[in-house]
Amino acid sequence: MENSLMNSKYFYYKRKLTSSIMMSLTFVAALAAIIPLVFIFYYTISKGVTYLNLDFFIAMPKPVGEPGGGMANAIVGTLILIGIGGAIGIPVGVMTGTYLSEFGNNKFGFMVRFLTDVLSGVPSIVVGVVAYTMVVLPMKHFSAIAGGIALGILMIPTITRTTEEMIRLVPHSLREAGLALGIPKWKTTLAIILRTAWKGIATGVLLGLSRAAGETAPLLFTALGNRFWSTNIGQPIASLTVYIYDYAKSPFEDWNQQAWTAALVLILLISVLSLLFRIITRSKYKTN
Amino acid sequence: MIKTESISKKKYLLKKIFSSHNIGDFIFERLTLLFAVSVFLLVLLMGYEMYEGSKLSIEKFGWSFLVNSTWDPVQEIYGALPIIYGTIVSSFLALIISLPLSIGVAIFLAEVAPPWLEKPLSFLVELLAGIPSVIYGLWGIFVLVPWIRNDVEPYLSDKLGFLPFFRGAPYGFGLLAAVLILSIMVLPIISSISRDVLKSVPHSQREAALALGATKWQSTIIVLKDAKSGILGATMLGFGRAIGETMAVTMVIGNRALISPSLFDPSYTMASVIANEFTEATSEMYLSALIQLALVLFVITIIINAFARLLVWSMSRKWKTV
Repeated sequence: MENSLMNSKYFYYKRKLTSSIMMSLTFVAALAAIIPLVFIFYYTISKGVTYLNLDFFIAMPKPVGEPGGGMANAIVGTLILIGIGGAIGIPVGVMTGTYLSEFGNNKFGFMVRFLTDVLSGVPSIVVGVVAYTMVVLPMKHFSAIAGGIALGILMIPTITRTTEEMIRLVPHSLREAGLALGIPKWKTTLAIILRTAWKGIATGVLLGLSRAAGETAPLLFTALGNRFWSTNIGQPIASLTVYIYDYAKSPFEDWNQQAWTAALVLILLISVLSLLFRIITRSKYKTN
Repeated sequence: MIKTESISKKKYLLKKIFSSHNIGDFIFERLTLLFAVSVFLLVLLMGYEMYEGSKLSIEKFGWSFLVNSTWDPVQEIYGALPIIYGTIVSSFLALIISLPLSIGVAIFLAEVAPPWLEKPLSFLVELLAGIPSVIYGLWGIFVLVPWIRNDVEPYLSDKLGFLPFFRGAPYGFGLLAAVLILSIMVLPIISSISRDVLKSVPHSQREAALALGATKWQSTIIVLKDAKSGILGATMLGFGRAIGETMAVTMVIGNRALISPSLFDPSYTMASVIANEFTEATSEMYLSALIQLALVLFVITIIINAFARLLVWSMSRKWKTV
């Protein structure tokens, strides 16, 4: 009798102990996941800040050996590239998302939904190769437009899926109210549903844009890069990410330093975009 | 009288043709459909373009492209075996490191953490996923690789040098650096999807376990068993991401087509071959072989992603119908 009681107590404590050990291990895992993040941010900020000055934003890159200089062309280039990408990705993404949520409860809708999910897993370098064969080969030279098309394709899945989800969040009663007033479905969708959901859709668009701003692989052999000032979308164009790649590989310490600064500027650019994202989502919950 | 009748008949016919309330609806539906079809066609077009672009190499090498181990642009012989080997080994090893950690993070976020801790922590994990790959690579070159060269590799070859995996000169750039950086990059994907999957398991499962006297850990095991197909899907999505990861890997893996058991040796992945050699490809055959490599990568990632999505979907659907 005594013995079995001891036994059950022993098991009780053993189970308790295992449980608390395993649960604290999950906490350790969560901490371990954050460590690289801290390291990357620490190095990018501490190393990048040395060259971070006004010149970096308004001056052109200097030849090897000359200190200073900036990346004005790359900053503008990145903005142009995500602009072209957005001009392709936003309409396609928003319209496809609208189709999926409004008319997509059929086999075809299921297939499109599935394909956009699969498309989001296709490596960005593969999209770069496709943009190369579709745009660069026929044009016979590298161009900003080819890079922008690659980025546009990469944005489509993100924007499509957020648009669909955000439209689905709009209460059904709003749609019914519109239809009950005799407003045709297309007008209800455009003037009521999309208007209610636009903030959510905008966050999806910003997410897509900020991801595109950080892409390098699809630009390597489409937009290529350019050491000079260029805003011509038919010509090769510079971008922050390709500069980071080239400068990081170069043997010159000065360029390596500038790569860190470019990385910091890129992170700042993406943060500005996601800050907009936060502000938009916050005001969405306030008005509700 | 007759006139109005014919008008209503016309309207009726129009309605029948368009099978919709009015002409605006008809146009609107077809317009959005057009865009949806374009996304559908885009995926097909991508496959077709790469098939066309790689015809030269497909005709010359055929399936031997996948099993031949010589990659020699000078003699125009292209076999991708060492490259496929490097891709799969680096991704697989990254998963081995990342998977236990990711599941730990997912359990912590879904089961353990109080809401005030869960929100910021999830945000940080997602931030990790948002860092551009080229910045991982930059960090890899200047922080991770020197650390591996000076501390990790000498230590490993000292203690475990009797194994073939830890032999060779501590060079820094190589498979080990790529594996470590990939495991960091894959973690946020696996952990955030697994967290969602764990959260989709109904609360009653946990309550039932706890009511029977299970500890927190025992109830978590039950939840994990319920969620295993979803977690498998999340793992495969992570694997797909690791296989296609380009910049960070290219910057640290050393870039040599080599099959070697040692983690210290340089290696090559499909994505990094394309990134490195595409602009240097001078001959048509060379370019064609690189495009074929992209096609192989495309097909592999599509299969992995399709399968993984189906697993994750079936998981979330399972509980919705209950």
